[in-house]
Order: sequence, then structure tokens, then C-alpha cells
Amino acid sequence: MTPAGQVEHRVVKKPNGGRRRSKARRGATNPGEARLAYALITPTLLMLALIVGYPIIKAVYQSFLTDPGLDQASGLFTAGDAWFGLHNYTHWLLQQCATSNGGYTACPSGTPGSQFWESVGVTVGFTVVACTLETVIGMVFALMMHRAFRGRAMVRVSILIPWAIPTAVTSKLWQVMFDPQGCINKILGTHYAWTSSLWPARCAIVIADTWKTTPFIALLILAGLQNIPEETYEAAKIDGANAWRRFTSVTLPLVKPALAVAVIFRALDTLRMYDLPKILTGGANGTTTSSILVVDQLTRGVNSASALSTITFVFIFVIAFGLVRLFNTNILGAQTKAVR
Amino acid sequence: MATTAALPARTTGTSVRPRQRRKVRWNTVGTAVTTVIILLWCLAPFYWMLVLSFRDSAYTFSTDLWFSHVTFDNFRYAFNTNYNPFAQSLLNSLVIGTVVTALSMVIGVFAAYALARLTFRGKGIVLAAILGASMFPGVAILTPLFQLFSSWHWLGTYQALALPQISFSLPLAVYTLTSFFAAMPWNLEEAARVDGATPGQAFRLVILPLAAPALFTTSILVFLASWNEYLLSSVLSNGATAVAPSTVAIANFTAGPHIVPYTQTMAAGLVVTIPLIVVVLLLQHRIVSGLTAGGIKG
Repeated sequence: MTPAGQVEHRVVKKPNGGRRRSKARRGATNPGEARLAYALITPTLLMLALIVGYPIIKAVYQSFLTDPGLDQASGLFTAGDAWFGLHNYTHWLLQQCATSNGGYTACPSGTPGSQFWESVGVTVGFTVVACTLETVIGMVFALMMHRAFRGRAMVRVSILIPWAIPTAVTSKLWQVMFDPQGCINKILGTHYAWTSSLWPARCAIVIADTWKTTPFIALLILAGLQNIPEETYEAAKIDGANAWRRFTSVTLPLVKPALAVAVIFRALDTLRMYDLPKILTGGANGTTTSSILVVDQLTRGVNSASALSTITFVFIFVIAFGLVRLFNTNILGAQTKAVR
Repeated sequence: MATTAALPARTTGTSVRPRQRRKVRWNTVGTAVTTVIILLWCLAPFYWMLVLSFRDSAYTFSTDLWFSHVTFDNFRYAFNTNYNPFAQSLLNSLVIGTVVTALSMVIGVFAAYALARLTFRGKGIVLAAILGASMFPGVAILTPLFQLFSSWHWLGTYQALALPQISFSLPLAVYTLTSFFAAMPWNLEEAARVDGATPGQAFRLVILPLAAPALFTTSILVFLASWNEYLLSSVLSNGATAVAPSTVAIANFTAGPHIVPYTQTMAAGLVVTIPLIVVVLLLQHRIVSGLTAGGIKG
């Protein structure tokens, strides 16, 4: 665990100080070494350009084109791929659908267009609730695993099991348990139709997601905890800090970098969540996430689906950027403190 | 670690001892209770899957906590190719996972070496680009790939399922390997270089053997990620069950109209999960270090 910790410090710093440092060191850099480095990196960059870069640029371009279909103004079938300007975007963001007389009106309910903002709300709601739950429970798990006790190995192994089960299987498993006649209703003495009514369905997804991914957060936090030197606690103890005080003033600030990375990772994963709600509830009953909406739209019109996926990706990018900025100052602050 | 914390208390003044002892005992109780809660939380749903997959489907909703109405019919049903393409899907997952892992590792290991070891201009940008690639939502590349593959008549082929997965498996491989490489004893390589080896020779003869465990662990993580992938596979297989991986087969598991084949699905799910559980049990420490190495880098 310690080697990983060392790396963490080194690499987190790189994006900020890296360029300046490499400029200062340029004289020392062996040109042969740099040439080798570029040669070694080229295949990866080429592959990513082909599989990520090209599709994304193509999607952005396509999002400005029309889909094949009936032209509402003339009543004729058009082949699509004509310049459409921002209409695909206004279709989603303003929920405007074409009318028979060539104008635009609010999309009728039930069409993907009318579901856009609801799906954004659902996605953000899942992210906020699930990430909060997972972070809090993950912190408790990590603190437990950090303490030496008999059976620790067993806890470490069992905590990996929910993580190891494929999400598709997890979804089916929770579907069985959330059945109206299933074990959860029997344990709770309730009769909810968990997967086929609004709020129970949403709760079901948050519960299943929390169960599955809390171990991941717990592991990342544990790695952070194990980098905190034992002497720090001894010093705090000598200074008369009680257990709670030691947690808030020693553990939390020092584990913050690891915690921040865990939260950012989980937030990004939840924002693009697809398989769990898709399999557990079919995206019905107010559980359609942005990703499910894109896939639903895909067979109806690739170009408007491209606009939707572009919106989704920009949206996730903005949130990711915000989270990184939000945590970054803290990460640096915590690190300078740790170094001192 | 807690034992080392408790030790000094015993050697210090006698007045502290009774208070300290009572505290330790209370902690032990708390630890035991929390351990049981954690174990229940993690294992109870998995245990239920185990119980249901061996239970006669007529008793699907029986709440017997122990194995009751035990039968192997669910497994027979899952592997009966007349009902489900599940057996084929396991093979598909294996093929796709192997191709994805091999490609990502072969390409990724060079990039990781360069990032961890060599100085060159633009390293920060390359790191950011690779990290950025792994952060894109699957749907962002799905839409154009769907159209592209459909115009190439690639939908429902192995290459359509394997290639797009490299978009997340390659960054995963590069990041995990970079952190492993950065933590390795590079002075051995320096020594080889001083003795006249070229960087290429030093890498092949000194570092690669040392890196074997890291390569193995990373391969496992990449393979697991591929084995679990659903979004790209479900859309790009386009209903072609002949190439669909096991996650898609599980999601579409059927027993004919109006029947919910819960116990049979659980049996199939268990078959998909058991290899992963075995890997996790055997390689627990390596997987944890791989996960934290790749994860913390972010």
C-alpha cells in the first residue's frame, strides 16, 4: 500500500508543476530518451484517438444534422443528414418538437424529448444520494478494516465480493429481492411494488448501487488511512485529543486526497449509470438516467441521439471539472500539511 | 496496529491501567458488532443468490434462510441451449475479454513505462488525455460507433464488441501499470544502463521480469472490467445472441412469456460470478493494491 501512496503524491502534483519542471530540466533530458518515450506512447494515443477521439468528434458533427423521417412542413420523407443547426439541441434542452405546420411546440409527454430534464434530475439525484451514502458507509468500513483485529482478512475478502459481482448480475439479484413477494418486503413486513412505482424504484436503485460500490470507496479510503503515520495519532493523543477530535483533525484532513479521488470516481460513474437501472427497473417509473435516454433515442434517430449524448458528455465533463477544482485546493492543502 | 497502540498503555503508570483496560474491552465489543454488520451487509445478498440458485423454482419466494428444496435443475436449465444462449455467452465473454485484455496490455505497457520512467515534454498533457479518455461516458462514443458499425455491417460481430471496450480498458491498464512501475526499484535498471545496456535492453532484461506480478494483476483487473461490461455490449451486439457476452445474456434471461425465471437466473448469475469470486479470494492482496494504485491516481 505504501508504494501506491508514494505514487499518489508524485502524480497528483504532476499536472500542476510538471510542465514548468520539465522545462527547467530540458537541458538534462536526453533527446534519445524523449524520442523513445514518444515512440512508446504513440500506439496508446493512436488507439485512443481512433476509439474515443474520432467517435466523439463525429458525434458532435452529427448532432447538427437532421434525422431521416417525415418532413413536417412538406409532408415528404427526407433522407436526413441535412444541416439542422442547433435544432437538435433545442429539441432536448427546450423540449421543442416539430409540429405539422412547420412550427415548434412543447414535446408531447411520453416522447424522449419530454423526458430530458426529468432524466437529468434523476441522474443528479442518484449521484448525490448514492455518493453521499457510499462515502459515509465506505468511511465506516475503511476505519473498521484499518484496525487490526481477528477476522480482518475475512472482512477484506468479503468486502470485495459485492465489487466483484458483475453489475448485470447484481441488478438481477436485487430484482429478485425487490420482487413484491421477495425477501425484502417479507423482512420489512411491507408490500411495496419496489420496481414498479416511482419512489420505491428510485430507492431500490440507490440501495443496490450503494451495496455494490461501497467496497470500492472503502478500499480507496483504506489506502489513504494506511498512509497516515501512526506517530501523528500518538502526538494528538499526547496533546489530549479524544477519539472524535483525532478523527476530525487528524484522520479526515490527511485522508482527504484519497477520499476526494474516491468521490470524484464514484460521481463520474454514477452520472453515466446505465446497466443497474436498465436491468432492475427497465428505466421505467422515473428511473430513466441520461444514458438510458440516449440508448432509447439511438434507434429513433442517430443524429438527435448524438446531440443528446454530446449534452450528456459536456454535462458530465463540467461536473467532473467542478469536482476536481473543488477538491484540488484541498488536496494540495492537505498534502503540504502532510509534508510538513 | 491497534495492539501497538495498546502496548504503551500497559508499560506506563499503574493509575492509567484500569481505565485503559475497560476502554479496550468496549472497543472489542464494538469491533465485533461492526464486523458482523459489515459481513452481513456484504455477504447476505450474495448468500441469497447462492440459496436461490439451488432452490426448486416452485419455492422461489420461500423465506427459508437455509438451503431448502435443493435442486440442480436451475443450472441444467441455464445451460440448456434450447432455452437460453447462456452457454454460448460465457464463451463470448471469454473471447472478448481475452482480446480486450491482450490488446490493452500490449499497447498500454509501453505507454506506462514511458510515463513512469522517462522524461519528455508534454507528459502532463498525455496523462490528462489518457485520464480524460477513461472519464468519457460510454454513451458519448456509443452513438457514432453504432452508426459506423451499422454501415460497416459490424453490429453483432466480435470486433464490434471488443474494439470499443479498449476505450476504457486501455486507460485503466496504463494508469494501473504506471503506478506499479513508478514504485519499482529502478536503480536496478540504472545499474544495467551503467553496465552498457540500452534502455530497451534494460527494460526487457531487468524491468520486465520484475514487473511480471504487476502485469498479471493489471491483466486481471482489465479482464474483470471487460467481463462486467454491459452498455456497449448490449447495444453493439444488436440482439445477436451468437456473440453477446454473459452480462447481456443474464439481463435477457427468459423462460418464455409471462414466466419470471428467478431461480434459473440466479443459477446463471452464480456461474458468471464464481470465477470472479475465486480470483478475488486467491489474489485478494494483489487486487486491492491494483485497485488502490489505479484508483488513487485518478
